[in-house]
Amino acid sequence: MSVTDELQNIAPAKLIVEGVSKTFSSRNGKVQALDNVSLEVGEGEFVCLVGPSGCGKSTLLNLIAGLEKPDSGRLLANGNPVNGPGRDRMVMFQEHALFPWLDVTGNVMFSLRLKPGLTEKERQDVAAYYLKLVGLERFAHSNIHELSGGMKQRVALARALAPNPRVLLMDEPFAALDAMTREQLYTDIQRIWAARKKTIIFVTHNVREAVCLGDRVVLFSRNPGRIREQFKVELPRPRDINSVELAAHSTEITRALKSHHVAQEVAE
Amino acid sequence: MKRVLIIVAFFAGLVGIWQAVCAAGIWSPVLLPEPLTVGRYLWAAILDGSLAESAWVTSKRLLIGYAIGCLLGLPMGLLTARSRWLSDTVGVLALGLQTLPSVCWVPLALLWFGQSEAAMLFVVVMGTLWSVLIAVDNGVRNLPPIYVRAARTMGSQGFHTLRSVILPASLPYVVSGMKQGWAFAWRSLMAAEIYVTILTGYGLGHLLHFGRELNSMDQVIGVMLVIVLIGLLADKVLFSPWERFLHHRWGTAKA
Ligand SMILES: Nc1ncnc2c1ncn2[C@@H]1O[C@H](COP(=O)(O)OP(=O)(O)OP(=O)(O)O)[C@@H](O)[C@H]1O
Ligand SMILES: [Mg+2]
Repeated sequence: MSVTDELQNIAPAKLIVEGVSKTFSSRNGKVQALDNVSLEVGEGEFVCLVGPSGCGKSTLLNLIAGLEKPDSGRLLANGNPVNGPGRDRMVMFQEHALFPWLDVTGNVMFSLRLKPGLTEKERQDVAAYYLKLVGLERFAHSNIHELSGGMKQRVALARALAPNPRVLLMDEPFAALDAMTREQLYTDIQRIWAARKKTIIFVTHNVREAVCLGDRVVLFSRNPGRIREQFKVELPRPRDINSVELAAHSTEITRALKSHHVAQEVAE
Repeated sequence: MKRVLIIVAFFAGLVGIWQAVCAAGIWSPVLLPEPLTVGRYLWAAILDGSLAESAWVTSKRLLIGYAIGCLLGLPMGLLTARSRWLSDTVGVLALGLQTLPSVCWVPLALLWFGQSEAAMLFVVVMGTLWSVLIAVDNGVRNLPPIYVRAARTMGSQGFHTLRSVILPASLPYVVSGMKQGWAFAWRSLMAAEIYVTILTGYGLGHLLHFGRELNSMDQVIGVMLVIVLIGLLADKVLFSPWERFLHHRWGTAKA
């Protein structure tokens, strides 16, 4: 395999979540993190999951990633049942989860080294390509502790992109960053999504962020975790988080989110 | 350059004070020989080869025993951290034995192995093993689970995860545990060598012991100096590179 082959876009995958439930039992009793959740994500679609804390967003992402198993229901990635983690579905965690014992390139190389069929030189070239894509080519040999929060998330993004997955699962990747850095990353992630053709599931608390990035916004409610409502976002791209139309859309979704919230509080 | 000067000046100052105390004649020269007398002993011991011979015998015991201790302690620590069963059995045993000062192994080693190299090795291994095991166990337990999860999504599993994620991630603990193991091994070996005569080789401890028997303080102090030097050298050669690496990569405070 050559570097050009390796860097070629591959078709993004379709994801199907069918009647998935997941209950955790802890010391304080049982928590139904997900209750009969069904979701279909098209090839190359950018879907944002929004909902109150504890509604099972991370749990759903972990299930799709194959890090956990559902109690019932099915998960299909491109028609194949999800039986465990796979390089076709890469995860970007809320905490950057970079390895401090490796430098920036070492971190991006970690997944590439596990991918068969490439020479060391080709892996280096692929890593360099993705570091350039996230704008960090100058920091290829920096240590992780020397990077700012935004730069760390860029490295995490490069690491997730490196094995050329069909699906990218992002769990509140920008939550810990300041507004300016985040806005830059919104632009970058839209550019990279368009350039690299991925199916993306993006978890966030921030409705504006969801409207800015998503083709679709999926609203969750908690106790038990269920899908409440879905919104299509048909604004032209690239989107600016500060635009007036975007604000109008997010107001509508925020209102829906709040009404579910209130309804739920009353019911409890 | 300035650092070197400070170091040299400091130790020259110490020797100067020593010389001055000797010159004041408060203690008999038998109890406190002059620096020059000690220097003469060291020079003679270097020339007749007895010092090199002893240093070699001691270092060999130490390095071999230490290596065995680490080679056993590292995988055992990984295993006790990952398995409930092993942690409840071997882990508890290690915790108990680690509190035992490693000199306490000497009588047992002598009865088991006699006055032999094996007895010395055994003492060194016991000094190393338990603290390395506990440090590795501790390091692995304190690992943020996110590292292993992230590695799994990238296709790492089984032995690869152990070697490429768990071990390097717990490196700060492992290095400090290995350093502690080294300190225990070194102390217990010295105690054992002073305590018993092993006919297959005279180590630095024996040299120290003979110095006392012969009432030659120059030999006692000279050998002590050599022991300190070996300790310092080991620290610089064995551990400093690792600590520098940890500092560089993790950004932890300089040791
Ligand atoms: N490993 C676990 N053990 C026990 N309970 C868990 C576990 N993981 C999640 N839960 C519970 O499941 C529920 C959903 O958790 P999850 O992390 O998916 O929420 P979330 O929507 O991602 O929340 P947040 O927005 O705060 O990240 C929570 O009530 C949580 O306490
Ligand atoms: Mg979460």
